Amino acid sequence: MRMISPVINGEECTDAVEDNLLLIDYLRRNRRLTGTKQGCDGGECGACTVLIDGRPRLACITLAAACDGAEIETIEGQKRGGRLSALQRAFHENLGTQCGFCTPGMIMAAEALLRRVPDPDDAQIRAALGGNLCRCTGYVKIIRSVRAAAGGGQ
Amino acid sequence: MSARRAVAGQPSPLVDGIEKVTGEAVYTADLDTATCLSGRILRSPVSHGRILRLDVSRARALDGVEAVVTGEDCPRSYGVIPIAMNEYPLAREKVRYRGEPVAAVAARDARTAERALALITLEIEELPACYTSADARAAGAPLLHEDRPGNIEREVHHEFGDVAAGFARADLVREERFRCAEVNHAQMEPHAALAEYDAERDRLTLHSVTQVPYYVHLMLARCLDMDTSRIRVVKPFVGGGFGARTETLNFEIIAALLARATGGRVMMRLSREETFITHRGRPESEVLMRIGIGRDGRLCAVHCEVTQRGGAYAGYGIVSILYAGALLHGLYDIPAVRYDGWRVYTNLPPCGAMRGHGTVNVRHAFECLLDRMARELGLDPFAVRRANLLRAPTRSLNDLMINSYGLKECLDRVEKASGWRQRRGRLGPGRGLGMACSHYVSGAAKPVHWTGEPHAVVNLKLDFDGGITALTGASDIGQGSTTMVALAAAEVLGVDPGRIRVVVNDSVITPKDNGSYSSRVTFMVGNATIEAAKRLRAILIAAAAAKLDADPGDIECAGETFSVQGGEQSALSFAEVVRAALADEGTITVKGTFTCPPEAQGGRHRGGAVGSTMGFSYAAQVVEVAVDADTGRITVEKVWAALDCGYAINPLAVEGQIEGSVWMGMGQALSEETRYLDGLPVHASMLNYGVPSMAESPDIEVHIVESVDPLGPFGAKEAGEGALSGFPPALANAVADAIGLDMNVLPLTPDRVLDALIKARRAARRKEAS
Repeated sequence: MRMISPVINGEECTDAVEDNLLLIDYLRRNRRLTGTKQGCDGGECGACTVLIDGRPRLACITLAAACDGAEIETIEGQKRGGRLSALQRAFHENLGTQCGFCTPGMIMAAEALLRRVPDPDDAQIRAALGGNLCRCTGYVKIIRSVRAAAGGGQ
Repeated sequence: MSARRAVAGQPSPLVDGIEKVTGEAVYTADLDTATCLSGRILRSPVSHGRILRLDVSRARALDGVEAVVTGEDCPRSYGVIPIAMNEYPLAREKVRYRGEPVAAVAARDARTAERALALITLEIEELPACYTSADARAAGAPLLHEDRPGNIEREVHHEFGDVAAGFARADLVREERFRCAEVNHAQMEPHAALAEYDAERDRLTLHSVTQVPYYVHLMLARCLDMDTSRIRVVKPFVGGGFGARTETLNFEIIAALLARATGGRVMMRLSREETFITHRGRPESEVLMRIGIGRDGRLCAVHCEVTQRGGAYAGYGIVSILYAGALLHGLYDIPAVRYDGWRVYTNLPPCGAMRGHGTVNVRHAFECLLDRMARELGLDPFAVRRANLLRAPTRSLNDLMINSYGLKECLDRVEKASGWRQRRGRLGPGRGLGMACSHYVSGAAKPVHWTGEPHAVVNLKLDFDGGITALTGASDIGQGSTTMVALAAAEVLGVDPGRIRVVVNDSVITPKDNGSYSSRVTFMVGNATIEAAKRLRAILIAAAAAKLDADPGDIECAGETFSVQGGEQSALSFAEVVRAALADEGTITVKGTFTCPPEAQGGRHRGGAVGSTMGFSYAAQVVEVAVDADTGRITVEKVWAALDCGYAINPLAVEGQIEGSVWMGMGQALSEETRYLDGLPVHASMLNYGVPSMAESPDIEVHIVESVDPLGPFGAKEAGEGALSGFPPALANAVADAIGLDMNVLPLTPDRVLDALIKARRAARRKEAS
């Protein structure tokens, strides 16, 4: 066991965690942040993508213990003043989400991309989100959603 | 597109989309597990064997273990087809595939449950196993089920029209054997179920990832020997299904057994590997296709033989093997069709229904062979399809009802959009264009569990607040059925869709619905919604008429106001009319139903109900590929897909369905494949299985065609499955165009393409040398 003090969605948290506790279980169980999804048995689908210090990371292959002092952003922290973020709105309005299970991870990966590349082209989107699987959309409307959020037009 | 309605016909984001993009949507695994026990399953380590000894006493004694259940705890079989329930939630006497559940534990946490599994003693006398259809059908093969000689689950032999005469008349007859690998749905959400048993009241509640809460409800009652009134089934948000969850699955019953044994709450979360093992995917199929056509491209006769490697239990197997034959019909005008099908038991995880159920591999074989024959006769692929179009209304040879048929327009649209005439044959080396057509049912007109009830029921409630609540058992699994209900009701009532809230999938609240499978929901639940909304509208119009002292027939209702046609009086607001209507009878509840008429329910021949539907969607697509001759890698550059969905109630969702189904067809065509090593699933992870990523997925240009079906809700038909089965043959035809090779296997992985290229080069060299 050890104490960790990450900043989660802007809120400082202090918790005692097992050394082998995965970040995904810490977020989902200890913090009840169930927006982060588990879609595979480890590191294969991207559904658990969160931002750690601004970079997209897979919560299912990250130890909570390694996140002491880190700034963690999850899908729950994306709304501002009760309103959807640009990416959330774009995914909603362009049907970038169908069943919704990959959506939190997809939006977090896209968020990381847009911070780095404000107006990405299709190839940059495909490369950045290539580790996030979706089984419903064929990715067509996901790419469109990211472009719409970037202000690159539809 | 046809004339648009104000609401039902406008592109609309999902009414439950906000929850999905914010992470607030609660899926089964997201339910509060604070007071839950963890359920884990012990699975068979062998593919076929007799259980000699199963001792769970040490597991039971472990601190923290609350219950252990085995096959002893459930002597009742289950299954989705009433005549073929041959599966037990936990194996009894025999195990028939590696990974079959044998025992299950509920413990205070997952780690303790895992430790308990390790303390169970399982002794099995291993029996010889059959892993291929051929092995299972061989003389002397070990039998999986004593009552199924030759391991044949179902044999189908259908002949319609004079097949021999058709072939005799044909100018060209060709026959090819195709092999399509088994594929799995790989929906993003792994399986999960939360069962809760109230020992004081003898009540069971199950939350599950199901597409068919009603069927789960029936099987829980059967397997737990409980009255159905004591059971409640809730479907939270579901992370995709594609057919994986269209029948009751073992873990759902096991979770319930454990909950009852502990008198508490049990969360059963399956790993991705276990989710793959639960399977119910599209079976490996061998398809022998024989087609006869005239020089003009007219089809004369078709003979198709299909063998499906079904896995260890029945599941939907009988329906799958019937579908494969039935859906040879209904796409083209074919004067004679013979079909022979065999569904075979093998010692592998059971197959089931998957998007495009039954039709995909047969369509692949048909469209590939037809394309090659067109080439041989010097006919254009589009021309040969156009030579065989149906004319609606009509009935197919096997008595399927066809009232609308937009295939010709689909062909026109993709031919033009892809630049087929200008571009085909001029793309340069290693590049090609291919096309194919496909279709799918808009719901089974006769459900697998036949009760005689209406096919769908929807309730609407209007109360003092002016809010309208729609209650439906239609299972939204991401396809947008909840949104469809809101749009359909709002359209008929002339109200803002925001006034309508849709409550779904809780058996104590919402009316029974058969579930989300066979693309039935839009057609059936949509029509039921329209009928309910019309009844509510009539009540509101009557109230408005009384208040305005006018004839109800003269009342116009639109934009949330009611007025007398051509009258001088000022219009009444929606709120005023609601107050007037409630003054008479209080809270208003109405019901709408939908029943498929007998003429839609198929022919009188054995198995004739399978394939019967209210209407078919039709699709055509063109695929452009580039093939790397050095690596064998196929890149799909672009897809143009057109689908006749009758009428697009939500064009945004229709596009999404077409894109998703085309892409799922691409996965099957290019990379997806289950692989077993002595029954061990070596594909059972997202990476090994081969779901395409965004990096290798093409742009898909969608064209919506609207033939306006006379019986569909606003003219609508299905949109989510019809385009899938066209992709694999369009791809194979494009590959043939690109590199001149006809390949008869799926998926067309780089190693297979490279093998074929090397063999072709060798053959060419030999020819040169001789």
